[in-house]
Amino acid sequence: MSITVRFFASIREKLGKEQDIIECKGITCAADVWGKSAGVPLPPNTLVAVNMEYARPDQPVRDGDEVAFFPPVTGGAR
Amino acid sequence: MKIRLVEQAFDPWQEIARHQSGQPALAGKFGATVVFVGTLRDFNQGDAVQAMTLEHYAPMTQKHLERVAEEALARWPIEDVLLVHRYGELQPNDPIVCVAVWAAHRDSAFDACRYLIDELKTRAPFWKQELTEKGRRWVEKEKD
Repeated sequence: MSITVRFFASIREKLGKEQDIIECKGITCAADVWGKSAGVPLPPNTLVAVNMEYARPDQPVRDGDEVAFFPPVTGGAR
Repeated sequence: MKIRLVEQAFDPWQEIARHQSGQPALAGKFGATVVFVGTLRDFNQGDAVQAMTLEHYAPMTQKHLERVAEEALARWPIEDVLLVHRYGELQPNDPIVCVAVWAAHRDSAFDACRYLIDELKTRAPFWKQELTEKGRRWVEKEKD
C-alpha cells in the first residue's frame, strides 16, 4: 500500500531527493502526498502530475499511484 | 509518427532523411515537408551560456509528446510527424529539438509544425538548467 513520489528540477534540488515511497495511510489527495513527503508548504506555481497526467493538488490519489511535483516547464520563448 | 528522446547529440537532417526513407508508404503522398529545428544558443538573458542540462520526466515526456503529435495528425490533413528531442548535457550549437511534418500541401504542414513546437514547449515536462560564468541556474518560465 504505497505511493511513489517524484520531484524534478529546482524542487528536487531544494528537497535534496528525487524519489520517495510513502504509505497510503492518511493520504487522500496529491497535496497530502506533498505534505507527507516534503514536509514543507507546497511552493506556489508547483505543477502536479498523477500517473503522468497534469493534476490539481486536490486530485484524489490511491495505492500504486505515481505523484510528481515540479516547477513550470521551460520549453522556451516564442 | 515517430517520437524519439535522445541523450546524445543528433543531426536533424540525418534523422529526417532516415525517417523518410524508412517510410516507403509516404513516397508520392506528400508535396510539402516543413521542418523546425531548435538549437542551443550561446547567450540567454544577457549572459554567455557555456552549456545546458535538459532534465525531463521520461515516461511523462514521451506520453505528452505522443499526444501532441496525435492531436496534430487528427487536426490537419498531414501524412506523418517526426519529433526528436534531446535531454541531458548540451553544448551551444547542439540541436535541441527537431519537428518535421509531411503533408500533401504546405498550408497544413506549416500549421501543424507550428502547433507541434508551440504545444510541446508548454506541455512536455522539460526543465533547462544553464551553465554561465556565474554558475548554474534554472531557467524560469518565460512570460508570454
